[in-house]
Amino acid sequence: MTSIFRALVRKDLRLFFSDRRSVIMAFVAPIVIASFFGYIFGGNGGQTEASRVAVLAVDQDASVTSREIVANMTADKALAVQPAGLEEARAAVRKGKAIVAFVIPAAFGADAGRALFDAVSKPVIGLLYDPSHAAEMGMVQGMLSGHVMEAVSKEMFTGQTDRQAVKDSLAQIEQSAMAPADKKSLETMLRGIDGWNARRDSGAASGNATAPQGLTIPFQVHSEAITSGIGVQYNGYAHSFGGMGIQFILFVGIDVGMGLLAMRQSGVWQRLRAAPLSRGTLLGSRAVSAAMTSMLVLMVLFAFARVVFGCRIEGSMVGFLCICAAFSLMTAAFGLLIAALGKTPEATRGLSILVTLLMVMLGGAWVPTFIFPQWLQKLTIAIPTRWAMDGLDAMTWRGLGFSSAIGPIAVLVGFTLVFGVLAVMRFRWEADS
Amino acid sequence: MLEVDSIRKTYGNIVAADGVSFRAGAGETVGLLGPNGAGKTTMVSIVAGLLRPDSGQVLIGGRPLGGDTDPAKRNIGLVPQNIGLYGQLSARENLALFGALYGLGGAQRKRAIDDALRLVGLSDRGKDAVKTFSGGMMRRLNLAAALLHDPQMLLLDEPTVGVDPQSRNAIFDNLETLKKRGKTLLYTTHYMEEAERLCDRLVIIDRGKVVADDTLSGLHRLMPVTNLLIVDLDNARDGFPAAELRSLPEVQSVEIRDKELKIGLRDLSSESPRVLQWLVDRGWKFQHVSSERASLETVFLTLTGRSLRD
Ligand SMILES: Nc1ncnc2c1ncn2[C@@H]1O[C@H](COP(=O)(O)OP(=O)(O)OP(=O)(O)O)[C@@H](O)[C@H]1O
Ligand SMILES: [Mg+2]
Repeated sequence: MTSIFRALVRKDLRLFFSDRRSVIMAFVAPIVIASFFGYIFGGNGGQTEASRVAVLAVDQDASVTSREIVANMTADKALAVQPAGLEEARAAVRKGKAIVAFVIPAAFGADAGRALFDAVSKPVIGLLYDPSHAAEMGMVQGMLSGHVMEAVSKEMFTGQTDRQAVKDSLAQIEQSAMAPADKKSLETMLRGIDGWNARRDSGAASGNATAPQGLTIPFQVHSEAITSGIGVQYNGYAHSFGGMGIQFILFVGIDVGMGLLAMRQSGVWQRLRAAPLSRGTLLGSRAVSAAMTSMLVLMVLFAFARVVFGCRIEGSMVGFLCICAAFSLMTAAFGLLIAALGKTPEATRGLSILVTLLMVMLGGAWVPTFIFPQWLQKLTIAIPTRWAMDGLDAMTWRGLGFSSAIGPIAVLVGFTLVFGVLAVMRFRWEADS
Repeated sequence: MLEVDSIRKTYGNIVAADGVSFRAGAGETVGLLGPNGAGKTTMVSIVAGLLRPDSGQVLIGGRPLGGDTDPAKRNIGLVPQNIGLYGQLSARENLALFGALYGLGGAQRKRAIDDALRLVGLSDRGKDAVKTFSGGMMRRLNLAAALLHDPQMLLLDEPTVGVDPQSRNAIFDNLETLKKRGKTLLYTTHYMEEAERLCDRLVIIDRGKVVADDTLSGLHRLMPVTNLLIVDLDNARDGFPAAELRSLPEVQSVEIRDKELKIGLRDLSSESPRVLQWLVDRGWKFQHVSSERASLETVFLTLTGRSLRD
């Protein structure tokens, strides 16, 4: 770098850091917004308080069975269950304070036990839910089914109240119009349970605390998020800091373009053009200072995410740095392109913000691209931010190696060259007098 | 030092310069005078190498500028019409940057900055951000920023625009100092008084064309009018038969602005009664009449039929 080049770069950096608005926009805004997004979208692994589904339990039965259901639901880590009255629950769901309320009707315990063997009169559990949270409602319904099944069958087979249900069921079978052979088999089974209960009461069958307590769901789920490796959890902050970094760095690029357009209308441009320096020095120094600023912003953002939220570069550090550098260069070229294609700052600002936000959105910085429909996922391959985002994800929480960085780096450098060449070709060198 | 030869420059169908030629010898101060939109800034930009003319050429020291990085650009100091300074940076930081653009560094640059600040009387404000300066101070710093590399020729594009008389005098003192140091000055303005005070030669342009190019005394000889008769008409100018009045043999020029009618006459005592009678005969009423000695300003008026400040 010549001393002229250095002087110009230093000037740009001084101007950037002396403008409080641009500094806040570049550093503070992305940190705040990325922290928010990261927190909303799952944070750093483990279940956080914020992601528990608010559920209200309306227990009109207050039987052993219903209390057991409520207790089991309450113990579930995915739910935040509060007891409530029926009207109270209705009002809370309407206001959005709770997502689902379940209502266990009076005499549910006794009725449910009988209904196990009699399809005629099943007691009804009411679900009140917020229609904007249909997914959560499905989840709560599923969990409720499990817990009801468990509690009811347990009482049926081992509890006090439902022993009566076994005897009642036997009486019902006598009077029903079942085929004699079916009647006999069912009777045998129920008498077996009755006998089992009698033996337990006499203490003969106990002695084993882990004996089956009732029907349970016959499997468990072990879920493992596939990230960089065993014990490393998905970190929503890594994605959100990458995404917001990309967005706000592109804003830095817009500012570069706006600054150049504004400068063309001021005497500064005439002064710079009157001095014996090349066009390459003039635009190149601006690009370098913009890239340096962008790089610094990315480093500060990821340092913040590392210290505060524990986001690590699980993959290749070299790959991460190269992607950051390539994206910074691309941003600088993007800024020059804006300056080359725009006429006045006022006329150009709106459009370039729109283009930037589209690139950011389609690049997956707001919501990850994997939830896009297939055709859109294919289409967004043409967008540089998509590559930057995928590259940063790969180097941070996915924990991939340098080879996964090569594609994004190459594409970003390619866009840099295209933008840069277009900018230099289309730049209007004559001052607007 | 500077030779401008048949420059033509158009913007779309606006002809900003239409065959402009003039010269400035070493140490000479040439005024480029013309109303708004005459093409002054266009000419300055072409001379500085910022704009490429459609045709014609500019020679500096006998040779055309070679390109963006031509070292001959060091001979030129440009004072742009729009203030060319970074408001957020201090005066010294601005000067340091513009010095660096011309390859100045270290102690040499510091000395140049000190000298330039001293010349424009801003030595005590060097560390302050330029945006805190008054309009006149900015204009002075705008001048200082063109002096760091000690150019032989200064291109000054309306360096006193929008400043109070005191700051204007300060800038004039600075320019006179530079003139004494033997600099060549191309001074652009639409104030005739400024041009009269400072310039050795005046090039008057209007609508992209040179309408006069002479020394001050030569221009004084051009002045056809010795006096102005000023009549404050009672009624508005609408429908005033200026052309008819102009065709009277004794009338040299006619200018009307709002209700003020300025009539150029050679001999007030003999000619004014007849002209006033002519007005009365045609029903134009007036309550107040005065007269004014003609100035160089009227040269422009007679050459173009328009006032400089229009
Ligand atoms: N970039 C441009 N695009 C189009 N027209 C232009 C451009 N620059 C100047 N012009 C036109 O060229 C003519 C000469 O403009 P110029 O700025 O040289 O005048 P000037 O004498 O410096 O005026 P002023 O006293 O207002 O500074 C004007 O008609 C102006 O509108
Ligand atoms: Mg001008």
